[in-house]
Amino acid sequence: MRLFVLLFLIAALATPGAWAQDSPDPRESLRAGLFDAEEAIWNLNKLSTTQPPEAFVGVTNSDLAFKDQYVFQGNYNGVIVWDISDPTAPVLVKDYLCPASQSDVSVYGNLMFVSGEGMGGRLDCGTDGVRERVSHERLRGIRIFDITDVADPQYVANVQTCRGSHTHSVLKDPGDDENIYVYVSGSAPVRPNEELEGCSGLMPEEDPNTALFRIEVIKVPLANPSAAAVVSSPRIFNDLEAPPRHGPSPADIEAAEQARAEGAFVVTVRGQPRVLRDRQVRAYMRQWMEDEDREGDMTAQDSADFRAALPAFMAARNRARGITPQARRGPTQCHDITLYPEIGLAGGACGGYGLLLDITDPANPVRIQAVADSNFSYWHSATFSNDGSKVLFTDEWGGGGGPKCRASDPMEWGANALFEIDADSRMHFKSYFKLPAAQSSLENCVAHNGSLIPVPGRDLFVQSWYQGGVSLMDWTDVSNPVEIAYHDRGPVNPERMQSAGSWSVYWYNGVIVSSEIARGLDIFELTPSEYLTANEIAASNTVQYDYFNAQGQPMYSWPASFVLARAYLDQLVRGDGLSAEAIAQVRQGLDAAEAAAPEARSALIMNLMPYLSGGADEAKLALLRDVLNQLAG
Amino acid sequence: MQVSRILLCAALILIAAPGSLLAQNDKEALEALYWARQKEAMSRFTQADVDFMTGMIGHHAQALIMSRLAPTNDASASVQVLAARIINAQNDEIALMQSWLRDREQVVPQVLIEGLQLTIEGGGHHAHHMPGMLTQVQLEELAAARGQVFDRLFLTYMIQHHAGAVTMVEDLFAVDGAAQDEAAYKLASSIHVDQITEIARMQEMLDSLAQ
Repeated sequence: MRLFVLLFLIAALATPGAWAQDSPDPRESLRAGLFDAEEAIWNLNKLSTTQPPEAFVGVTNSDLAFKDQYVFQGNYNGVIVWDISDPTAPVLVKDYLCPASQSDVSVYGNLMFVSGEGMGGRLDCGTDGVRERVSHERLRGIRIFDITDVADPQYVANVQTCRGSHTHSVLKDPGDDENIYVYVSGSAPVRPNEELEGCSGLMPEEDPNTALFRIEVIKVPLANPSAAAVVSSPRIFNDLEAPPRHGPSPADIEAAEQARAEGAFVVTVRGQPRVLRDRQVRAYMRQWMEDEDREGDMTAQDSADFRAALPAFMAARNRARGITPQARRGPTQCHDITLYPEIGLAGGACGGYGLLLDITDPANPVRIQAVADSNFSYWHSATFSNDGSKVLFTDEWGGGGGPKCRASDPMEWGANALFEIDADSRMHFKSYFKLPAAQSSLENCVAHNGSLIPVPGRDLFVQSWYQGGVSLMDWTDVSNPVEIAYHDRGPVNPERMQSAGSWSVYWYNGVIVSSEIARGLDIFELTPSEYLTANEIAASNTVQYDYFNAQGQPMYSWPASFVLARAYLDQLVRGDGLSAEAIAQVRQGLDAAEAAAPEARSALIMNLMPYLSGGADEAKLALLRDVLNQLAG
Repeated sequence: MQVSRILLCAALILIAAPGSLLAQNDKEALEALYWARQKEAMSRFTQADVDFMTGMIGHHAQALIMSRLAPTNDASASVQVLAARIINAQNDEIALMQSWLRDREQVVPQVLIEGLQLTIEGGGHHAHHMPGMLTQVQLEELAAARGQVFDRLFLTYMIQHHAGAVTMVEDLFAVDGAAQDEAAYKLASSIHVDQITEIARMQEMLDSLAQ
């Protein structure tokens, strides 16, 4: 294996400046195996792989949460708690047997929340499942544990919901220190009323209290978590009217513009430009001439007037034909909601839509915008850029159980869609990104969970692709995302597709932790490459979380440090943002200042300021000057 | 992958007695346990699960017949994209369901498609009585349609067809002990949510056709 890694290192060094990796990609033909599968790794270093504890082997590992030095790993059999103080040798702290799928897990303070959706979850954590269609022993919803002692979690409460909890998101409202909120997303069929009173799977026309077309918000009083209860069921999908696509792609717009320029008649249907066919134009014009009492052959003037009147004509025509926007065409649920309280927004991945929600009132989220996408099958999850100016959505096409990364599968399907968010909180589609290495038909593969890596001045996203492995995407340029690191294994089974691979991978305090469905827990660290310098990595590691739930996105910032200044300097080098001479002077000056006695530092640092203006990247220079000002004190 | 008899026995004992301890670093024993658990999981299913898989293979096969008409019948670009994705998704799911049945030593239905003619070998006699299935007359009507007429009919019939699949999943969940097996639960709930999502999308497409 070491030789293998070395080979890639050499290959990477031999082709400076090349963004693409070797061809064919080494990930495309890796030998199968459970704990001995062949691996390919690029710009990452694997620190450890730890097999699941005995009671959890052979049962699906799912999502992750973090607190202090602990990793909480969901498993369909319960929750595994690891101590990763030494990431090269994680220590098992607790294997808590309490079956439920998917066992998505979150933590806040001394509380841990676990999702239960499947039919076999029991209130008493028993391992025998529940066979009866209607049973009061079944748990579908949220389990709440007290983890004051992480080695001995106490099961303190549960909140049952009508559709169970496929995933959930914990919301800490900046204005409320006494409660936290849990948004529940459930996508399975509604349970019978006899099992949980008030549950109805009817359409809203038949039952206004239906469990469809809503999410559930649980309020948890921190002083008394056993009083947790559903406080609202926001109908964030009501009157959803969105285009059947993400909005016109640049190619669509260009085609419509060209058609317009060539004299075609273009109308807007549900926000999309549509070129009318000649036959339609003739029919509509005839109708319009009649309405306008114009007679004789159509003249050029008629045509020009018709063009101007077209939007009003189309609107009147639709009204006359009784075509009104349909109300309940929207999704009946969300798969996942990512809450970003610092910017007051949430990204909801809900059926066929990506939603932007205002969550300033935690119990009453309000939809701001919905986007759809003809290439997206099933909106799965969202992640914002740290500054909130961008958002990415993933498409879990096929639900994660299919091999959707084969060479024959389109690169726009089962991918990420990247959006810019403008000042009015509207999303604008920019590009797709999909794992660039084709996988075999033995490997379930599609876009899945991930998190940001806090490299200053850049947007990096590390992501799970099931058996496609782990991939690191740089989406600083939202229109041109590129892969800059990866890890992958061969299929778990050489004969047929069997579920495995990375379910979730998140950055946490300097390490990258992956929950491998079959193999256990993988921990990686970044290695310097032409795409990422040692300074940038060291600067990212100055960010420290007390806890981390991917579905409750934290905003991070970097304490002023010499390594932060050097990271920005490296970026100025990469982007040709400053002259080589100025860079050399600043580098030298930073070294001298860092080595100097504290009282001499300030002057040495301020001496560097004249070099930091007039470069090609003023924004980056401003960041660097700001760091130096802080260091100078 | 090669599991020695002794390890397998050990693994089976471990399954029976989950309290026993196994050294954390004993990879070979953990691997034996892994494969033994995979095998054991395959014994937890009901006849309802088998009937669901068997039926859904035939149900999906008809969606393939319908979708394969799109390129030849002058469907619009968006309907062609939709049809291509349905073919991709349902082909894969048919393979998954066949493999699920094979793993559990059940009869594996084989799909034979000749033009509009669907034959399911080993699929029982209920292939055409499942919810949402098109009659042969409806299929022929679809095959004869072209352009926008095809689009409209395709969307209308595929919504009907998908709604039937959603009903089949909900019927499965309403049976005691059904969908408890992880693979069956995941497959059935994926079909449920994917097809509900696709119905909404197709309804949107139909609405915009009306304009």
